[in-house]
Amino acid sequence: MSNGPEQSDTVVVQFDQVTVRFDGDTALDRVSFAMRAGETRVLLGAAGSGKTVLLKTAMGLQAADSGRVLLFGRDITRMAERELFELRSRVGILFQEGGLFDSLTVEENVAYPLRNQKTRQAQSESETEESVREALRFVELEHTLQQFPSELSGGMRRRVGIARAVVTEPGLVLYDSPTAGLDPITANTIMALIVKERDTRNAAALMATHRYQDGQLMANFRYNPHSGELQRVSVNGDGREGSTTRFMVMREGKLVFEGTQPELEASGDPYLSKFVLKR
Amino acid sequence: MFDFLKAPVQRFQDFVVLGGRAAVNVFRGPHYTDDTFLQMDIIGVGSLPVCVMTGFFTGAVMAQQMSRALATYGATGQIGQIVSLTLVRELGPVLTALMIAGRNGSGIASELGSMKVTEQIDAMRALGTDPIQKLVVPRLLATAVVLPLLTIIADFMGILGGFVIALTLGITPDQYWSTAWRSLEFNDVGQGLLKPFAFAIVISLVGCYYGMSTTGGTQGVGRATTQAVVVSSIWIIVITFFIGRIFVNL
Repeated sequence: MSNGPEQSDTVVVQFDQVTVRFDGDTALDRVSFAMRAGETRVLLGAAGSGKTVLLKTAMGLQAADSGRVLLFGRDITRMAERELFELRSRVGILFQEGGLFDSLTVEENVAYPLRNQKTRQAQSESETEESVREALRFVELEHTLQQFPSELSGGMRRRVGIARAVVTEPGLVLYDSPTAGLDPITANTIMALIVKERDTRNAAALMATHRYQDGQLMANFRYNPHSGELQRVSVNGDGREGSTTRFMVMREGKLVFEGTQPELEASGDPYLSKFVLKR
Repeated sequence: MFDFLKAPVQRFQDFVVLGGRAAVNVFRGPHYTDDTFLQMDIIGVGSLPVCVMTGFFTGAVMAQQMSRALATYGATGQIGQIVSLTLVRELGPVLTALMIAGRNGSGIASELGSMKVTEQIDAMRALGTDPIQKLVVPRLLATAVVLPLLTIIADFMGILGGFVIALTLGITPDQYWSTAWRSLEFNDVGQGLLKPFAFAIVISLVGCYYGMSTTGGTQGVGRATTQAVVVSSIWIIVITFFIGRIFVNL
């Protein structure tokens, strides 16, 4: 029971002058952008710049104080929590620390959206079990079904989080700092899974990160289903053509850059330059 | 000028909103019956030894201390009446509620607080579940059912504790139990059962409120836990006074 990828001209998320404040501090300051189906966006920014708030606002977990947020074309700015559930079922999210329920097993965690989302309650238990196994096989953790999150390493928890985010095959997947606090090898494994997920289903992906190399990987690599490995995009030989990845940079709640990787790397702005690793 | 009032008024408003949403959700689905029974087990069965001990020794201590005063008037035989009235009306409900606030109010706040700071509550919302329906309502219902039952057990154990002391004072079992039983009227039992029900609502909602509004990582969880116990304990004392006033005038 897939949500399936959206039509490529459909705007999946749109922010229109969105402002979010916490106790007088502005977390998002008049942020505007529109993201289309199948598109990949990398959201760069220092800690506390508003990346997580932006992701949570995109799926209605955080209410906007002003402006307008559209998810799959519907205005969710003032939408009631119960109405939001249907729209949220079309979005997958990987939280920064995984956000796994520590009282549930890995199997129960991954099955959670299948068993609780109203749009999927027609699904039988055997179908749910098969979907869970498939999602865990995708992140190569099928053997951890009966384990609890506390028994897993940080990287494994993140992989279970990915499995839970994609088990419903959503049209949009949000990743909140998927490699934060991980060693380089585990971080690469996580990024490879994210690229593989994106390219297998062609779902839209919005990834917040402070690591430019994660964005580079998203922009310049594709999953090759035949070899089962990532390979550099080489259309027209320069490794960049054909990439649908756009970069956004946040600074103190403001969206200070939106554009392609070459545009980001060509920028002379001192703040932007801090994030960019010149190739 | 009144800026200092903004934060407490905001907190009170948030608490009332949470209470209102929980009350509405009690009557609409989905109902998480398994979670409610699990909470009844944790709060009810888990708190049984604490309530039994508290009730028994409160009754015993009260009989011990009151016997001296009653002896002055030659009324030691009325010890059963004093123990049962004080326990059923006031001490049983209040002490049981304070024990549950310390044991389970803190547990609720720390569990929900940990879930909040590790983004499990956000995950729940993202994955199609209303955290009020899934987390608050089962705890509210479970506490509202088990706290009156625990209070009845604590009351009985307290009267039993008083009985043990009464025996050492030479009072016959018949005399003790008949004075203890006959002194109780509908008014006493009524307020003795209404109070734990009101306390249950306060303990569970305050615990849930502080847990779900936790910020600031693990330090915030500790702060939320302390606040939940302190605030619910204060409210228990305040509420018992007002319910007592209402029943005095009946």
